[in-house]
Amino acid sequence: MLRGLKWKFILYAAITLFAILLLLPTFTSELPPWFGKVIPTEKIHLGLDLQGGMHLILEVEAEKAVESYVERIKNNLRDDLKEKGIPVGKLEREKTDQIIMEASGEKEKWEKLLSEPRYSIMHELSSSTLEKGIWRLVLVLDSKQADQIKKNAIDQALETIRNRIDQFGVSEPEITLQGTDRILIQLPGIKDPQRAINLIGQTALLEFKLLDEEGNLEEALKGTIPEGDIVLYQRSVDPKTGGVKKIPYLLKEKTLMTGEVLKDARVALDSQFHEPYVAMEFDDIGAKLFEQITGANVKKRLAIILDNNVYSAPVIQERIAGGRAQITGRFDTKEASDLSIVLRAGALPAPVKIIEQRTVGPSLGQDSIHKGIISTTISAVLVVLFMIFYYRFSGVIADIALVLNIIMTLATLALFRATLTLPGIAGLVLSIGMAVDANILIHERIKEELRWGKTIRAAIDQGYHRAFSAIIDSNLTTLIAGVILYQFGTGPVKGFAVTLSIGILANLFTAIYITRWVFDFVTLKVGVKRLSI
Amino acid sequence: MELIRPDTHFDFIGKKKITLWISTAAILLSFASILYHGGLRYGVDFAGGLLIQIKFSKPVSISEVRNALEMTGSKEAMVQAFGGENEFLIRVEKSSADLDSMSKSIQTSLQQQFKDKTLEIRRAEVVGPKVGKDLKTKALWAVGLSFLGILIYVAFRFHQFSYGLGGIVALFHDVTVVYGAISIANVEYSLNILAVVLTIIGFSINDTIVIFDRVRENIKKIRKENLETVMNVSINETLGRTILTSGTVMMVVLILFFFGGEVIHDFTFALIVGLVTGTYSTVYIASPVVLFWEQHISSRKRVRR
Repeated sequence: MLRGLKWKFILYAAITLFAILLLLPTFTSELPPWFGKVIPTEKIHLGLDLQGGMHLILEVEAEKAVESYVERIKNNLRDDLKEKGIPVGKLEREKTDQIIMEASGEKEKWEKLLSEPRYSIMHELSSSTLEKGIWRLVLVLDSKQADQIKKNAIDQALETIRNRIDQFGVSEPEITLQGTDRILIQLPGIKDPQRAINLIGQTALLEFKLLDEEGNLEEALKGTIPEGDIVLYQRSVDPKTGGVKKIPYLLKEKTLMTGEVLKDARVALDSQFHEPYVAMEFDDIGAKLFEQITGANVKKRLAIILDNNVYSAPVIQERIAGGRAQITGRFDTKEASDLSIVLRAGALPAPVKIIEQRTVGPSLGQDSIHKGIISTTISAVLVVLFMIFYYRFSGVIADIALVLNIIMTLATLALFRATLTLPGIAGLVLSIGMAVDANILIHERIKEELRWGKTIRAAIDQGYHRAFSAIIDSNLTTLIAGVILYQFGTGPVKGFAVTLSIGILANLFTAIYITRWVFDFVTLKVGVKRLSI
Repeated sequence: MELIRPDTHFDFIGKKKITLWISTAAILLSFASILYHGGLRYGVDFAGGLLIQIKFSKPVSISEVRNALEMTGSKEAMVQAFGGENEFLIRVEKSSADLDSMSKSIQTSLQQQFKDKTLEIRRAEVVGPKVGKDLKTKALWAVGLSFLGILIYVAFRFHQFSYGLGGIVALFHDVTVVYGAISIANVEYSLNILAVVLTIIGFSINDTIVIFDRVRENIKKIRKENLETVMNVSINETLGRTILTSGTVMMVVLILFFFGGEVIHDFTFALIVGLVTGTYSTVYIASPVVLFWEQHISSRKRVRR
């Protein structure tokens, strides 16, 4: 029995030491360099409600990615039909994935066109004759293709947002996919949450379209927009009055080039007025494309559009080779910088909607930590004192177990990089209160056995034995509730489930094994004759 | 030290008529309050909406804040004092619209109107309607699964249906009273409260198991007495432990209630209610149910044979 005692002591001491070492990084940053190689150095990870920061859940509107895909096909179809000389009346996208086409002339001509490989993903849904010689065709996008587009959109959105946040410079951001179409973003310690939201949520689709110089802008504004045209606006803010004006432009709908071909985008200062602008550099494909476009449209105006807002519409003076262009506008440096970040990271393939947003300011976080520490300390002290008062020396034993319990719970949090939140601290305090329950069960049982006249050794044995099943049962049920709460909870509440569950497990260990060891040691090695309980 | 003398012989179970009335009253009161308020007051987590916690550096009255909010055009905004001085909580319950920009515009407008009082945005939350609905479903599942898990566990450990039944009825009582309490106290039903409900489920059955464990042991020991006596004996025997444990847990929860700060205030309030009813239900709900079952339903079965 005594030999068993020694080995058990070594084991328990080793575990305790390990736990303390795991906790050191949280409390001090001055550790010798070899420390990191032996012990995992992780500070306890604080939740956003303690650190301050922002928690965002975005929903990717993947349907819109399918829409724009079908739009592109529609525009290509329009050009092809014109080229082949097929007279076409209406050509529109309807619903997310359908194109409606009304054409006249020889059926075989456009049937041949539609059977070409690049239109094979559009299936014929229905075809009917309207009046004499006019056919109405409804095409629908292949559903497998649509699903693929949606999946790609979500993956790409995740990637793009990651890139943007990387460039924004946040320490330890967390960006994960939730379910099928939601993205969870956690940005601890962020100072300017609004700026981050703008940066993340912006679709940032850069497009180049030509102005329709021949069309009638006024007529278009009244409602009759020429076929193949679109009206977009430029938002102009008067710096003096702050008034916002919307300037309309009549543009040809077809997008000549998008931000996909951007190689780089940087903020630069205008040499004349020192006003910031964004300097873009295209990749080889983009450069060639840009050269083509500018070469074919000299003296015409090219609109630079971001998210369907016209930024500028300069006149093309000459063919531009070399693949460089500028976006000017009345930016301040921050706006220009953010714009170049989103251009560099790329456009989101589909818009994202913020469905949940929680921001905690750093001062509240600090407050919460403060209150958490106070509560924990007062609770621990009161419980410790009470145990000594009620159970005397046995109470001291229980208190040792309690302290070890707290250390081990915190160490486990650090080891598994679990997050400590404010409810989590409450969970810790709660498990302090519940931890003594096991000790109380054991002690009361030991007292009973002593009252019934058993010897000290027998009383201790029986006490632990009898109390064991009750301790296991009761802690296990709270554990079941804790695990279920972990599954269903989010954020701070999850932290509560974590600390409560870990606290219970640590408690089972310390209350049953560690206190038993001390009782054994005291009665066997030290030879105590009367139990102070 | 002995708080409870070892030979107490309180007749707990004997008082069951009175306590039955008390319990029924508590449950009815809870249901009444919930119905009267038209359901629970769902927090932002479940109903969707926005929430802004603000703090001023100089004294501001709540009516000033209300006026300021009206000027921003948000008439549905509710304001309440929160925590320390000059700290307020603004809530808008809306399950649609662009909550994000509404939150932004309220914040900016307030910043402007209270420029000299240094408004600090301590916390801001925006929850869309879909998320809220999702969470409501999850919450129901969580509570349901906990009940199920615990019923299975108790049945497995005690091999007797009546024990499981007693435990479940006690749990049902506890959960109802906790929800009733937050309804009466006009506390918001948030994710934190759900956490409390689940914790109390675990804790209440915890309590019940300790006593049932002792009852099971005593049934084997004291063969001649009837079940009612055995139960009384068991409860009396474990009384010391019950009071001490509930006492220490209540003590720490009270500390949390007073020192833990406003953010978890509702949470600790619900915990206190849950602890009281959890302990109470073990003696006055679970045990009488087992007693009733064994005496009237089980014995009928025996007579039939």
